[in-house]
Amino acid sequence: MDFTRRQFLKLSGATAATLAVIELGFDDKKAKASAKDFKISQLKPTPTICPYCGVGCGILVYSDGKDVVYTEGDPDNPINEGTLCSKGTTVRQVYTSDKRVETPLYRAPGSAKWEVVDWDWAMNRISEKMKDTRDRTFIQKENGITVNKVESIACMGGAALDNEEVYLLSKLMRAGLGLTYIEHQARI
Amino acid sequence: MTNHWIDLQHTDCALIMGGNPAENHPISFRWLTKAKEKGGKIISVDPRFTRTSSQADLYAPLRSGSDIAFVGGMINYILENKLYHEEYVKNYTNAALIVNDTYSFDDGIFGGYDEKTRSYDKTLWGFKKDENDKYVRDNTLQDPNCVFQLMKKHFSRYDIDTVVEVTGTPKDAYVKVIEMFAETGKPGKAGTIMYAMGTTQHTVGSQNVRAFGILQLLLGNIGLQGGGINAMRGESNVQGSTDFGLLYNNVTGYMETPTSTPEEATYKGFLEKVTPKAGYWTNKPKFYTSMLKAYYGNSATATNEFGYQYMPKLTPKKDYSHMRVFDSMYKGEIEGLFMFGTNPVVGGPNAGKEKEALSKLKWMVAIDLWETESSAFWQKEAGANPAEIDTEVFFLPACSSFEKEGSVSNSGRWMQYRWQAIAPKGKSKGDLEIIHMLALRQKELYKNSSHPAAAAVKALDWNYGHGEHPDIDLVCREINGYDTKTKTQIAGFKDLLDDGSTCSGNWIYCGFYPEEGKNHSKRRDNKDTGMGNYLNWSFAWPANRRILGNRASATPDGKPWSKDRVGIQWDAAQNLWVGNDVPDFTKDRAPKDEGGLSAFFMLPTGLGGLFGVMNEGPFPEHYEPYESPVTNAFSSVQLNPATKFGVEEFMTQGSAKDYPIIATTYRVSEHWQAGAMTRNLPWLSELVAYMFVEISEELAKEKGIKNKDKVVITSARGNIEAYAMITKRFKPFKIQGKVVHQVGMPWHFGYKGIATGGSANHLTPHIGDANTNIPEYKAFLCDVRRA
Ligand code: SF4
Repeated sequence: MDFTRRQFLKLSGATAATLAVIELGFDDKKAKASAKDFKISQLKPTPTICPYCGVGCGILVYSDGKDVVYTEGDPDNPINEGTLCSKGTTVRQVYTSDKRVETPLYRAPGSAKWEVVDWDWAMNRISEKMKDTRDRTFIQKENGITVNKVESIACMGGAALDNEEVYLLSKLMRAGLGLTYIEHQARI
Repeated sequence: MTNHWIDLQHTDCALIMGGNPAENHPISFRWLTKAKEKGGKIISVDPRFTRTSSQADLYAPLRSGSDIAFVGGMINYILENKLYHEEYVKNYTNAALIVNDTYSFDDGIFGGYDEKTRSYDKTLWGFKKDENDKYVRDNTLQDPNCVFQLMKKHFSRYDIDTVVEVTGTPKDAYVKVIEMFAETGKPGKAGTIMYAMGTTQHTVGSQNVRAFGILQLLLGNIGLQGGGINAMRGESNVQGSTDFGLLYNNVTGYMETPTSTPEEATYKGFLEKVTPKAGYWTNKPKFYTSMLKAYYGNSATATNEFGYQYMPKLTPKKDYSHMRVFDSMYKGEIEGLFMFGTNPVVGGPNAGKEKEALSKLKWMVAIDLWETESSAFWQKEAGANPAEIDTEVFFLPACSSFEKEGSVSNSGRWMQYRWQAIAPKGKSKGDLEIIHMLALRQKELYKNSSHPAAAAVKALDWNYGHGEHPDIDLVCREINGYDTKTKTQIAGFKDLLDDGSTCSGNWIYCGFYPEEGKNHSKRRDNKDTGMGNYLNWSFAWPANRRILGNRASATPDGKPWSKDRVGIQWDAAQNLWVGNDVPDFTKDRAPKDEGGLSAFFMLPTGLGGLFGVMNEGPFPEHYEPYESPVTNAFSSVQLNPATKFGVEEFMTQGSAKDYPIIATTYRVSEHWQAGAMTRNLPWLSELVAYMFVEISEELAKEKGIKNKDKVVITSARGNIEAYAMITKRFKPFKIQGKVVHQVGMPWHFGYKGIATGGSANHLTPHIGDANTNIPEYKAFLCDVRRA
């Protein structure tokens, strides 16, 4: 077992399902140990929490600054004490997957394709759209009562975001922009 | 969860119903296994023999959609046979309260029903008070109008024979379930109920949970280590995102979004309306004003009602929930949509129709790590003609959880911090930054505007450092709250005030950042402080309490029900509640004091709600799902009478004649929700690569279907293809004398990603629960044939 962790992953991507199953459970204590020696002995683990279910298992992420080299269950987290399920075990691939979208994209009306755009362009255009919709559809009064609301824009999602993010999201969308259609996965 | 994952080890019996933790919350099973090693029992109740069932001491099947019958029968048996925890019931629940004689129930309908609006006059279901405004009680529980007797009468109709005819559960298994779980009603014992979406995703979903609540109160299981009602959350921060007001009807900390009723025209009127006269919620004005101060900063003053008028007000009685968003979109009323990591074209009910609605949008912004079926709804692959779709679509690449920092709250309300391990991949960004960039631009665009739409944007307090990257520490301080003059952090929500001198973005989290430099979500001291509560690991809201309602873990006079299971207890020498948890009670209120028994002090009565007002009644009552192969055996009312209907085009309903088979959806261990986070990863895609439908051997034989055959599943909404998985895990049910089949399928699949397949939600109905409007994904009708 002298191949590196990286080769290990490549192999899994290229071979049949059964092999991957064997690999996950494969005992690779030896392989892992040697991979660890080569790859992560100099790296500091960063604690995180699994992004999947609500158990909240701890995970350690080993990164060399350019790549996520290795991940494993956090032995110090009292909930999982180092163990992880199939999803938590695979969390490294959330970073390495070549399916990740890495630039802002834009699809024009009637177009059949995405175009790569830059952040500023996308953010500015979205902001103008928002303002235009708000200004045209803003409801100031309803039955003589001040309602200050926008019922023509909806904001959905957020169950995978951090607390600090959902706080700012509900603050911006409700208290700032006046949206009433604010919903997320807890409902569905 | 009232309790938390590690606490499962203390249970004497776990009733797992409407959830499958062995597959969907796998690591939770470490703690259930520990409980088993100590002699605890596990009961699994599920239409399908799941991996949880395989680990259980007892398994009982039930037909999807018959939960109230099942639990109602348990309640009846426990009452009839006096298996309840009498002292707990008398002291900590509303069993002894007298209900006004305006309450009535007849043939499936409670008094006060209005057929036109499909709603009840709930004022008819109040408690009787005496001339001193005190609740009238009958401590003997004999008064025919006391909660206990009304409950007994209501559930007396749920006798075992009727119940098993409705649920299809073998009678002997059913009785064993009741007897095993009712053991936990003995003083000193603790039983937990664990559930997930198998319970909630029904037209009677909320009442399914209420029925659990009644059962647990009767058995004296709430507030105890190893007890509780434990909703298993499916997403890493669906707890937090709900806590922080991402549902239309709640602002942060489960407080009301204002509506445009005349009373709510002023802040004063609003507070009067939403603040109860008794119970802990009498403090609501402090929490609300502190939130407005966090929202509008210096623009929130006593003279402008703390900025209350900037807040949007909902139209009274208008429903803005998920399905109604799509109704409005379909009608062309919604121009723009933000989707933060959500994929309704796979995850929404009647998803094909919801996809159609998306094409009516003028613009859409998808914030995600992956291209999803929803952000790509306009593509040819989606069955669309791009040339005909005018929606402008923006895709903003978000980074993953370890490419940024911030906290998430797990099912047990533990707020755990995630540190940044690596820079965001490519040009992706954290959502915090994306939201910040949007806010800064809106502020800039409206800076000099006098349009009415500008007012709230200009007033919004948005100071999170310089540049486009916000300082997360400033966000954390604001969530906790601080003194608005001195800027010192607030130690806990008891210190919040309603005069504008404090701010707090979310009162239930107040206390996680009590002083300079101490963000408790970052705590990593993993020494067990007692009973597995790990009080110095992370922070649990509220106030770092690990078990909610823990006053009830002690007897009325303050002693633990059991020495092996000490939550908190009264220490007369110190005049304090002490123990293994932070008291969920005023810490120096003695058992003998006024309110010393009010374990459920959030409620005006201070008592656990055996009788509790919901949209369809104060007691759970069985109604059939929107699509059911049988008629209701308990009354002539087929469907939950308070469930609302939406836009007709979405409401297609199949009949048992065309679609005789019950279908349900579920998840597998290797995939997650609508799939984007797992179907784009090579390993997980290899592990479960194909969409399948699980079919019993008996049904397969009837239909001539063999294992791995390609089959078509049809419902009134559409059809999908899948591979047949013939298993023993489903067995036909015998319901009211007739054989009824049920099939099940995962709902993770779509056409994007590495592992692709038909989306189960193209089959599910667009109808939901009468209280929450969560869709009825878990029980609908279909047919299956070979492709
Ligand atoms: S590792 Fe598995 S059980 Fe643990 S949080 Fe992640 S998905 Fe849930």
